[in-house]
Amino acid sequence: ISVDALKPSDTFPRRHNSATPDEQAQMANYCGFDNLNTLIDSTVPKSIRLDSMKFSGIFDEGLTESQMIEHMSDLASKNKVFKSFIGMGYYNTHVPPVILRNIMENPAWYTQYTPYQAEISQGRLESLLNYQTVITDLTGLPMSNASLLDEGTAAAEAMAMCNNILKGKKKTFVIASNCHPQTIDVCKTRADGFDLKVVTVDIKDVDYSSGDVCGVLVQYPGTEGEVLDYGEFVKNAHANGVKVVMATDLLALTMLKPPGEFGADIVVGSGQRFGVPMGYGGPHAAFLATSQEYKRMMPGRIIGVSVDSSGKQALRMAMQTREQHIRRDKATSNICTAQALLANMTAMYAVYHGPEGLKSIAQRVHGLAGVFALGLKKLGTAQVQDLPFFDTVKVTCSDATAIFDVAAKKEINLRLVDSNTITVAFDETTTLDDVDKLFEVFASGKPVQFTAESLAPEFNNAIPSSLTRESPYLTHPIFNMYHTEHELLRYIHKLQNKDLSLCHSMIPLGSCTMKLNATTEMMPVTWPSFTNMHPFAPVEQAQGYQEMFTNLGELLCTITGFDSFSLQPNAGAAGEYAGLMVIRAYHMSRGDHHRNVCIIPVSAHGTNPASAAMCGMKIVAVGTDAKGNINIEELRNAAEANKDNLAALMVTYPSTHGVYEEGIDEICNIIHENGGQVYMDGANMNAQVGLTSPGFIGADVCHLNLHKTFCIPHGGGGPGMGPIGVKQHLAPFLPSHPVIPTGGIPEPEQTSPLGTISAAPWGSALILPISYTYIAMMGSGGLTDASKIAILNANYMAKRLESHYPVLFRGVNGTVAHEFIIDLRGFKNTAGIEPEDVAKRLMDYGFHGPTMSWPVPGTLMIEPTESESKAELDRFCDALISIREEISQIEKGNADPNNNVLKGAPHPPSLLMADTWKKPYSREYAAFPAPWLRSSKFWPTTGRVDNVYGDRNLVCTLQPANEEQAAAAVSA
Amino acid sequence: FSSVVLKDLKYADSHEWVKIDGNKATFGITDHAQDHLGDVVYVELPDVGHSVSQGKSFGAVESVKATSDINSPVSGKVVEVNEELTESPGLVNSSPYEQGWIIKVELSDAGEAEKLMDSDKYSKFCEEEDAKH
Repeated sequence: ISVDALKPSDTFPRRHNSATPDEQAQMANYCGFDNLNTLIDSTVPKSIRLDSMKFSGIFDEGLTESQMIEHMSDLASKNKVFKSFIGMGYYNTHVPPVILRNIMENPAWYTQYTPYQAEISQGRLESLLNYQTVITDLTGLPMSNASLLDEGTAAAEAMAMCNNILKGKKKTFVIASNCHPQTIDVCKTRADGFDLKVVTVDIKDVDYSSGDVCGVLVQYPGTEGEVLDYGEFVKNAHANGVKVVMATDLLALTMLKPPGEFGADIVVGSGQRFGVPMGYGGPHAAFLATSQEYKRMMPGRIIGVSVDSSGKQALRMAMQTREQHIRRDKATSNICTAQALLANMTAMYAVYHGPEGLKSIAQRVHGLAGVFALGLKKLGTAQVQDLPFFDTVKVTCSDATAIFDVAAKKEINLRLVDSNTITVAFDETTTLDDVDKLFEVFASGKPVQFTAESLAPEFNNAIPSSLTRESPYLTHPIFNMYHTEHELLRYIHKLQNKDLSLCHSMIPLGSCTMKLNATTEMMPVTWPSFTNMHPFAPVEQAQGYQEMFTNLGELLCTITGFDSFSLQPNAGAAGEYAGLMVIRAYHMSRGDHHRNVCIIPVSAHGTNPASAAMCGMKIVAVGTDAKGNINIEELRNAAEANKDNLAALMVTYPSTHGVYEEGIDEICNIIHENGGQVYMDGANMNAQVGLTSPGFIGADVCHLNLHKTFCIPHGGGGPGMGPIGVKQHLAPFLPSHPVIPTGGIPEPEQTSPLGTISAAPWGSALILPISYTYIAMMGSGGLTDASKIAILNANYMAKRLESHYPVLFRGVNGTVAHEFIIDLRGFKNTAGIEPEDVAKRLMDYGFHGPTMSWPVPGTLMIEPTESESKAELDRFCDALISIREEISQIEKGNADPNNNVLKGAPHPPSLLMADTWKKPYSREYAAFPAPWLRSSKFWPTTGRVDNVYGDRNLVCTLQPANEEQAAAAVSA
Repeated sequence: FSSVVLKDLKYADSHEWVKIDGNKATFGITDHAQDHLGDVVYVELPDVGHSVSQGKSFGAVESVKATSDINSPVSGKVVEVNEELTESPGLVNSSPYEQGWIIKVELSDAGEAEKLMDSDKYSKFCEEEDAKH
């Protein structure tokens, strides 16, 4: 028997890279090449080609799946999860197992894409609408978005909104010192780019006399637990023309007067404690709620109610023209993908517990805090703050550090505010026994003469009646029907069945890299040693995480050719912003304050101009040549014309046209010669790994979309992670954090951090195991093969389709990179068919459409990824070829240009099985245009959704129940 | 299909029209513009008293597919705003030259109108622009 035959049976690369060696050769031949490597040699420019990529240590060869699980178990064992009373916006929670397994661990939920294609997304659109309803009901403000990244950046978005509401005429933003420190720092960092001045003062010292204040931010309850009456505060702010932002806590709002009733203009917060693990910082769904008056200045995606082609209610993402890829440098925010999966979890938690269940949890949390406060007064060893509180008790004592240390010995984490102050925050997972242990900690060795249980009858409520919530919330039947596990399970699956995901078919969205999120990669993210860690737990308790960060940082440095990585940015857009802020800080450090010009090719990613605008940069656009490549002469002219002020170039490579531009190294040189730095957008990194690298090409900083190339699932619109890699000279400026300092991995010799980018020190740390395991299991060879096969798959599809649709851009040897664009513009003239018609008709074939009308209007961008099998590639091509034939029927006059199978798409069962059918084509043709649909048909649940109706009639919360729901609620 | 172009108006190359009556002018976007934009769902309007400058943006018009700045064809001060568009943005589609007007201004420089196109020039301009796409 050969040695090869005795090697482990659970190697991973062959499970991820779908094409077999035979298929690789077959597809390369089909494209006109002898083999895969000659195709790659003809595609990747020689000037930037790496000989090979090698990892150090055990990772180079790649771990098997079982070795990977063992490795992660070892890391997990190095995390010491103490009982957390730290609070500060992060609380442990009981994730209902029915939600954990059926949403967080369910690929049918986590492999969905952002719901642009509303007809095959009605399930998560409903769940996200539930989320918006939770937020609006609890905050008392009528509009909410369907998530932001974290509470700190949500507050920064609110600050930017205040600036925009007052049209940039007032340049000071006041932050009360009772806000969480991470929130304050994120806002300060963000304010720099908007030329806003942040003033942090005690709430009683807030002063508007300068007349320059656009907004004020307060925390409710405060970071140290106090619940203040903001009624007069808000009136005074409004009297001075100042907008009020409240950062708040959802669980508290079930018991406290809602911010909307104080007159708050904007309310932000996090949904974390509604059923989402702390996860050492995230991901969690943050929110921003406001009035309809500010709807068009509101960041983030919003779900709206509309109608479909038959007049039936249907949901969609509303006001999409606010998004950055349309607004570009006029965008008021760069937020894009957010935290849809976590918003779904939070919504389901609210659905499952219902209004009474949530209030019971809140009362219990409040009760435990109250019993603790009462017990401390009896002990007499410390002073308890007198102000009303919800869940956090502020304690002053002579030696806070000593108490903190005693608690640590009992595996309890408290918040050490200063040498005399501790806060103790209670949550859903706290028990009476925990309170007894706290009494022992604070007793300082004295015997405790009582128990929490014995004190309970003495405590009633610490919230004054004037601050008690009176208004009802979550009255809609959806929050009152699904309180048994069977009911919630069926509700989850009812919604799931309406949504297309990678469980059904490939999702060939150009630039989105919708690839396999392997089961082994997804396993550690739900292990308690990873989920239950508070982001501000002492670093020595999180050595498993820290070791993973170190390993991942070094692996990413090897992959990118950079010297140091920050893991703090928790979305692609956050990474773009962080990357530009690093460049800005670098220039400032050299005294080059005038360097504020950012050159951006028109082929850049949609969020790039928005990110540059957020850094206060002046954008200079440069065009492309006839082949879609950056016009190098135009770029050189722009760089030389701005050489005294040039800060950065933002470039995507390969370009968003799916082409390895030959002159990329020359472009980098031009920028450097004129004093600028090169930021590379890592969205197309899937075509670089192992073949070249941003650092090798000449970039200085690059963000990585770990939710694209590195396998974090898209979650229906997030979570994601956007860490940034930098060359050595930029490493000192990587972001840090006010509570737990962070910086580059590996650590640079000097640090001069640009500020804080995310609320948590390492962003959404809980999902880093996904990318880490992917890289570690693939090894350097597997990753390089992944890039090659991604390119092969794209070229194979382009070849199969080129005789049916024009392929818009190619490289110098006629090949494409990992994605390509097909041009549908001619069909508008010949058949009246638009990309939207093709995308909707693809639904009838069981597919999600490719990226539509971007970067070129009237086109589709297709990115297959390496994890799709040849059979699936062929199936998708067959669908597009069949649709091309359907278009031909219109062109030949055999089908009505206004009433044809494409204009009528998609065809839901309700339309097909209606008593009357008046279409000039058969029902069978509408529903079963391809043979594979006989064995497995994914049915859209609505006809084409009316975007115009939805944007003209903006409704963003659950509507009054229909009769069926109302009847079900009565019987429940 | 060709878009409607009225004879007694002046046109900017960013597809706004202007009707001048003494020292007052009425602005809107052209039929050609609304056709390319698609169904309008929102019109961002300036405040009365706001100054507008020739060629500079004073508002935006939003469809489900795109957002376009509205550039001022001539300079002046806003004296009236079509509030009807707040409730019925579709008027820009159904009646771009009449009920879908956007703002009225008091002119600051009557001579600026000479830089604009008349209806014949504008029709040719649109044909040439469409031919490029």
